[in-house]
Amino acid sequence: MLTIGTGNKAVALAVRDAKPVVVAAYPITPQTEIVEEIANYVADGSMDARYIPVESEHSSMAACIGAAATGVRTFTATSSHGLVYMCEMLHMTAGARLPIVMANANRALGPGWNIGAEHSDSLSMRDTGWLQCYAGTAQEAYDATFMAFRIAEHANVLLPVMINLDGFLLTHITQPFDTVDPEGFLPPTSTPHAIDIENPGGYGTLTTGSEHFKFRWDIERGMRDSVAVIKEVEEAFAAKYGRRYDMVEEYRCEDAEVVIIAMGTLGKEMEVAVDMLRNEGVRAGSMRVRWFRPFPVIDLADKEVVVIDRDYSFGYGGILANELRAKCGCRPFSVIAGLGGQDVTYKDIASFVRMREEDGEYWFGVDA
Amino acid sequence: MAIPDEEYILKTTSACAGCPSSLILRYVTKAAGPDTVLVIPACCTSVIQGVYPTTAMNIPVYNVAFASAAAVGSGMSEAFRASGRKTNVICYAGDGGTVDIGIQALSGALERGNDFLYICYDNEAYSNTGMQRSGATPLAARTTTTPAGKTDHKKDLDAIVAAHNPVYQATACAAYPMDLYNKVVKALSIPGPKFMHVLAPCPPGWRFPSDETVEMGKLAVKSGMWVLWERDHGKLAITGASKAAMKKRIPVADYLTRQGRFKGITDDQITEIQAMVDRTIGCLQKEVESEC
Ligand SMILES: Cc1ncc(C[n+]2csc(CCOP(=O)(O)OP(=O)(O)O)c2C)c(N)n1
Ligand code: SF4
Repeated sequence: MLTIGTGNKAVALAVRDAKPVVVAAYPITPQTEIVEEIANYVADGSMDARYIPVESEHSSMAACIGAAATGVRTFTATSSHGLVYMCEMLHMTAGARLPIVMANANRALGPGWNIGAEHSDSLSMRDTGWLQCYAGTAQEAYDATFMAFRIAEHANVLLPVMINLDGFLLTHITQPFDTVDPEGFLPPTSTPHAIDIENPGGYGTLTTGSEHFKFRWDIERGMRDSVAVIKEVEEAFAAKYGRRYDMVEEYRCEDAEVVIIAMGTLGKEMEVAVDMLRNEGVRAGSMRVRWFRPFPVIDLADKEVVVIDRDYSFGYGGILANELRAKCGCRPFSVIAGLGGQDVTYKDIASFVRMREEDGEYWFGVDA
Repeated sequence: MAIPDEEYILKTTSACAGCPSSLILRYVTKAAGPDTVLVIPACCTSVIQGVYPTTAMNIPVYNVAFASAAAVGSGMSEAFRASGRKTNVICYAGDGGTVDIGIQALSGALERGNDFLYICYDNEAYSNTGMQRSGATPLAARTTTTPAGKTDHKKDLDAIVAAHNPVYQATACAAYPMDLYNKVVKALSIPGPKFMHVLAPCPPGWRFPSDETVEMGKLAVKSGMWVLWERDHGKLAITGASKAAMKKRIPVADYLTRQGRFKGITDDQITEIQAMVDRTIGCLQKEVESEC
């Protein structure tokens, strides 16, 4: 059904359609609208879920963990300080192999107090064992959230999934999007290690180093297997609903000499920049990384690369740029842009391409 | 009510000799029965319950982060209820995990009215990490982080919990299993948030011989340092051995001087503690007599 709404609303509708049994949440700008919408759906009966209005984000993830441990579908949403506040529990979720789905509205961390878009919050949770997807439009936010449950709950994955939306730029921008008829797409949740009263055991008990090591390897195995599962689920979604996604969305890359790579709404902007550059005779293309974990290995042979990071790892560099350097063997021009919601237009993006230098780093709006 | 023979905690655990936590857990699980899940934050019990892949417990035990027990319990209980199941969800946490780091989650869960039982076994220190002070450590007790004796009083956890008006709230003591058992049975028969605070005299932490756990618990109750009571929907009743102690008590010094942790306590501190106990008993007495 065609709907007009914000990215937040799209997530909330996807959650409604996925029919979780428990939603536990705590408000934080710019995510709040998601949990308010869900609370409304529960109140007006359009969603048959238990809504737990917890007292903190540490507790929202904890409550989801308790619920998911019994084998039911679970959702929460957060942003920025809320996300880092629940950091301990993010590790617990992946370690316990609980397929919890969470939306994160990407937002800068203080101080100073800034509520604009920035990927530093979710990227600082890179190594928690969560799958991470970055949406570029409200449509994608809806589709990705809906699909996330099937990916997370797949027997070969059983890992939590974080759907990321750029704060305000996506969470609060109104766009048209289609909702789906959920019938028959999400199988019933089946968690093989759900608490079983008839077959008691200890969960998360003291574990020796060698056993712990095996558990970590199992998480990595779930991560690796998730690549095939993501592809399979996105394929099934395309077959049923007609909208097709890839782990990396390519735009005019076939004959491109230079590719721009970014995530989230910046990744959408750069498609316009590509058209502009093509008109100038620059053979440009773009790649929007949708799934950051598992990390896609991209073939960048014979291409110049410009990476735009809305994040930074202090003392090391742009995070996406460095991951690409390490995994794909490129020597990108790394642009740091858009921190704290800084305005970055397609014209700016085109200018980054014009000034590119191999292996360079440029802070947009800071470097003279 | 006779205590059932079924055991849910096996004989050989990794608890210290004379461990009050395992003693309490034994009666709690007997009262709760097999349709029960224990939620355990970091504490001695996370060791006592067994090392993967073995377990010392014959019911499911879910280990959670130190601060999160009550929130995990909330989510678990809501999920069971949504699935039409009555399964008892019992958070079993130490004093540190309750009065300090876990108090936010506990407060939230009590306020929301989630249907679960929270039991704090109070050994008055962080024992798992080697006996550091907690908010529940009493005045003058020596711990590894209060080597000269604690200069602050024990945090009044029961008053904090009472302010949330849980449907059922009680104290108990490892030395009085029947009283403990009955209270757990009663608590689990009432829907909503229930809270129990159980004194756990810990031989290595309190520094007394490991065969004196029960005796130390009895001295705590007889001196009035620990009072057995319950508040059922807000109505206070003194229970078991504390009924006698309300009228006639042994001096607190008889309890304090039996423990190595109070070595170095001053006469003034003993007087201060005695006055505090007398005051607490007086207040409880007034509450019992009043009709509020
Ligand atoms: C966030 C966090 N901080 C610190 C610890 C270390 N830690 C584990 S158990 C514990 C003390 C537990 O004390 P208490 O709750 O009183 O239980 P007891 O050990 O006495 O049974 C501490 C500090 C931890 N596990 N998690
Ligand atoms: S330190 Fe105390 S509570 Fe902990 S296992 Fe030993 S006796 Fe039990």
